[in-house]
Amino acid sequence: MQAVFFYLFATIMIASAGVVIFARNPVHSVLFLILAFCNGAGLFLLAGAEFLAMILIVVYVGAVAVLFLFVVMMLDVDFAELKQGFAKYLPVGVGVGVVVLAELGFVALGWTSAPSASEAVANPIIPQMSNTAALGQILYTKYVIFFQASALVLLTAMIGAIVLTLHHRPNIKRQKIDEQNARTRENVIEIKKVPFRTGV
Amino acid sequence: MLTIGLTHYLVVAAVLFTLGVAGIILNRKNIIVILMSVELILLAVNLNFVAFSQSLADLTGQVFALFVLTVAAAEAAIGLAILVTFYRNRGTIAVEDINSLKG
Repeated sequence: MQAVFFYLFATIMIASAGVVIFARNPVHSVLFLILAFCNGAGLFLLAGAEFLAMILIVVYVGAVAVLFLFVVMMLDVDFAELKQGFAKYLPVGVGVGVVVLAELGFVALGWTSAPSASEAVANPIIPQMSNTAALGQILYTKYVIFFQASALVLLTAMIGAIVLTLHHRPNIKRQKIDEQNARTRENVIEIKKVPFRTGV
Repeated sequence: MLTIGLTHYLVVAAVLFTLGVAGIILNRKNIIVILMSVELILLAVNLNFVAFSQSLADLTGQVFALFVLTVAAAEAAIGLAILVTFYRNRGTIAVEDINSLKG
């Protein structure tokens, strides 16, 4: 049963990753990227990493992929023009792909584990504890510095993204609250004496 | 074939990584698809971390995968913010037009 789901998730993930890089329309690329992440989350579940699987769904599908979707739809770009060099780069891309796949294949199929690797386990998985509890247990104790550092990375990214995209347009009418509050009766209202039957 | 081991995960991750690298080269002009390819590569890396974590019964791989996810999210946010700013200033996102630094 596990094997069936593994092959299902792996096949769909790789197929949708292929669509991501070959699709003509970037919106389709983003949607298939979401599909690839969902199936990657399935693979994480099969590998026993439930917390990471849920994080992948929440952070990637819920935030990052939707951010991509926003940007793709917001920018008014002629994507057909961007696709033009595709045939030119196809031989190079396929060549590099074959080389990388061959090298990774040699490593993935021909590696051996050092005999002392199983003794060097730093944080053994305790079967009685749920994955989330076990991760939290070491993340907040042993790796708390790294946890705080990653929070700093996210804070920097958030501030950076806001600073980069926020811009003030000069010709837009805005409410100026301090000027409104500083108005007095004398400099706003002018009383004119209107003569009878002649107008101002 | 029917018992799923570490090697199965490694092969899947290798194929996914290759698709990401090929995607960067094939979509040389479209920086949005390049960013998506980077996300695919990072997913492959995370898959490797999780697979080794399961195989060695060691949680450290999952902790590291969590940090990779953090950095990937930050990278996507900053990358897209730069992209939006660039598009606002130049009206294009073609990679070969990004040459004002004359690098």
